Amino acid sequence: MTETTPAAAVAPAPAPSPSPAGTVAQRTDGIRARKAGFVADVVSVAGRAVRSIPREPESVIPALIIPVFFFVVNIGSLQDVTERFQAGFDFKAFQLPVAIVFAVTGISRASVLVTDIQDGYFDRLSLTPIRRPALLLGLMVADFVLVVALSIPVVVLGFVVGVRFETGPLGVLAFILLAGAWGLVFTGFPYAIALKTGNPAAVNTSFVLFFPFAFLTTAFVPKEALTGWLATVATYNPVTYLLDALRSLITEGWEVTTLLKGVAAVAGVGLVSFSLCLAAFRGRIRAGA
Amino acid sequence: MTDERAVRAEGLRRSFGTNEAVAGVDLAVEVGEIYGFLGPNGAGKSTMVRMLCTLLHPHGGTATVAGFDVVRQPEQVRLHIGVALQDAALDPKQSGTELLRLQGRLYGLSRSEIDRRIADITSLIDIGDALDHRISTYSGGMKRRLDLAAALVHNPDVLFLDEPTTGLDPVSRLRVWDEVRHLNQDLGMTVFLTTQYLEEADELAGRVGIIDRGVLVAEGTPEDLKRRIGSDLIVARVEGDTDEALRAVEGTGGVTAVELRGDEMTISVADGATTISPVAVALNGSQVQVRELTLRRPTLDDVFLELTGNRMDGDDDTDEEQAS
Repeated sequence: MTETTPAAAVAPAPAPSPSPAGTVAQRTDGIRARKAGFVADVVSVAGRAVRSIPREPESVIPALIIPVFFFVVNIGSLQDVTERFQAGFDFKAFQLPVAIVFAVTGISRASVLVTDIQDGYFDRLSLTPIRRPALLLGLMVADFVLVVALSIPVVVLGFVVGVRFETGPLGVLAFILLAGAWGLVFTGFPYAIALKTGNPAAVNTSFVLFFPFAFLTTAFVPKEALTGWLATVATYNPVTYLLDALRSLITEGWEVTTLLKGVAAVAGVGLVSFSLCLAAFRGRIRAGA
Repeated sequence: MTDERAVRAEGLRRSFGTNEAVAGVDLAVEVGEIYGFLGPNGAGKSTMVRMLCTLLHPHGGTATVAGFDVVRQPEQVRLHIGVALQDAALDPKQSGTELLRLQGRLYGLSRSEIDRRIADITSLIDIGDALDHRISTYSGGMKRRLDLAAALVHNPDVLFLDEPTTGLDPVSRLRVWDEVRHLNQDLGMTVFLTTQYLEEADELAGRVGIIDRGVLVAEGTPEDLKRRIGSDLIVARVEGDTDEALRAVEGTGGVTAVELRGDEMTISVADGATTISPVAVALNGSQVQVRELTLRRPTLDDVFLELTGNRMDGDDDTDEEQAS
């Protein structure tokens, strides 16, 4: 189907009323709407989302304080105990991945999405020829940028207290990207809630998910030291494998099997969270269906 | 498929639960026209606009906008329409310029095209220096104007304005009216405008459709619609034996119709200037006391009253309907 015929049909009628030639020329100066393309759409949406981050520092600062706080406190309280318990154990290296996971888990632009839905701005964006998935993907790109940005100061803090990576600079990069990927797949949950409910309070409750993921695992002591039900839960908690993979990059070197398990754990959570998110997204953009 | 009309709806319907917000509406808007879609709160105006703008799926009927089917070709429709929804749909954290630029990019415009469009639009819609400020600092009128600007960035063929002046002060309202007129008259833009203000439809629209409870109850030019009522109206507020007064007035020469609601008698006459004296005499001769006697031209409100039995601002029947 061509777009020329109908477009021509609705072109302004020749001078519907006497009007200055100049203004008619202004109207017909050839600027017409067209599709921008998927990548351009994602970049546009992401650009706006990234710009909004420094405008609401209150949504980012806690994400930096919490991991630093836990990192410092855990080292202060547990380092001696754990290192005495197991010779050659480096508790700081053990804790750095936990700090990263704390920093990146639950960070999302879902609150912005909810506000957009409430303000009607989501409708305004939906009225443009944007490819629908770009509305969400753009926000996720911004989230990824943010979680990577949040990881960097935490890693720097690790270096400051003496943590060194067996895998070198490339390992640091892999460490940040894997943590970033985890942060990204976790955003699926708040987005799903945001899209499903359009309710800011509900979105905040997604933070509750953070606790089982982040604490029912090997966050504080190695798996061997866990007992009973916690050991069982930790075995099924994907974050356990994520932490193993991140830790291996620091203390062991390139352990392919451990890394793959970590990637698989992230991918598995992503499969669940993005499925939920996509279903909610479909429901939202077809709200009228 | 190539419909020459800017907007055409046939049997369009949409329900929310058991409430049929739009119950089979047929209408056609010609290219270059301002069409006023008039009705009280909850009549189905916004639901209609949201269906025509591809935000809401119709449950029945068909509609084309700019020649494209809203259900089968929503993407084509979106390329040809500009929309300002009922509440200015903006992002308070961006500046006006950022919002317009983002809007332009999503419509596929290049940087230089966006620059040109923003220059054009700001010469048309007075946003002034505020463009570079955060939208959160804007007044209600400013937000509406920016919203209108955002609807125009991509030079649309058909502009949908959903209650563009609701909640605005009188000065801002007049400004929006001027802008809408300019867009239509000088730039040839087709405008589909919903409003609950009779004077707004009267002032702006070439043709008016009146919607009540999801049904189009009348359509025509404001003059056509008002002519249904008669040329002039004499309104008398009376106390006493109103039945007798009614009979007395009905028998007066030049009176075409009389309607009594409560203590208000609305008398349709062909020529108000010559008929008001005989009417006054007739009232005087009956057993009523006249509290108020006015002569006025019929308004769309009178048309609405005539067609639906309710006043536009009467809230007794509209409250229970879901505001769509």
